[in-house]
Amino acid sequence: MSTLHTINKSPFDRNSLGSCLRVISDSDAILLIEDGIYAATSGTIFSDVVKAAVQSHSVYVLGPDLSARGMKEGGIVEGVNVVDYEGFVDLVAEYDKTNSWL
Amino acid sequence: MAKKFLFVNRKAPYGTIYALESLEVVLISAAFEQEVSLVFMDDGVYELTRGQKTDGIGMKNFSPTYSALGDYEIKNIYIEKESLDARGLTLDDLQHLVWEDEDDDWAEKDSIHLISSKELAAVMDNQEVVITF
Repeated sequence: MSTLHTINKSPFDRNSLGSCLRVISDSDAILLIEDGIYAATSGTIFSDVVKAAVQSHSVYVLGPDLSARGMKEGGIVEGVNVVDYEGFVDLVAEYDKTNSWL
Repeated sequence: MAKKFLFVNRKAPYGTIYALESLEVVLISAAFEQEVSLVFMDDGVYELTRGQKTDGIGMKNFSPTYSALGDYEIKNIYIEKESLDARGLTLDDLQHLVWEDEDDDWAEKDSIHLISSKELAAVMDNQEVVITF
């Protein structure tokens, strides 16, 4: 069963992204939302982690959360896909279940 | 219709309300006869330490409640080994939780399973609903 993992905390504040990556299955995807979007920005100490993640999994970031925080879509790690709220809904429907990491 | 529910516990007790809230939802889910399993990973492993004594902080010690999980037919409690190791803990530091097997003359059987991250990925993949605290 495939899972969409949503991460809503900054990687600088919480380890939810790291923990998620430790237990993720091959068919799963990650959606970065709210403060989780900072993980998608390039040039951080987490960029290599995200670069590795996009090699094996689909990784998405919610555009409105990027914009709200002044982060440019051009400044995110290559391979991370930007989605809008409709895309968010499509992802939830596409995967068998959602795991909302706190 | 019963579904396979997995509750993932990642927070230490007492500092936030998550651990207690998770336990309440677990008991409610089990009371509605769902197939409930639990995971303790990251700081969640601290929820199960033995000898918790909360008199000094004016909060209820809810750790004895975990020993009731067996009576709610919760037989699978997974502990992530990497989280335990990182905190210098072993299974001996945690409560010993059991369930009674009706089909085996009510023999007490271990509910706790120590598993690796990789094995945990398979456990999580196999669920219908995953709720993380």
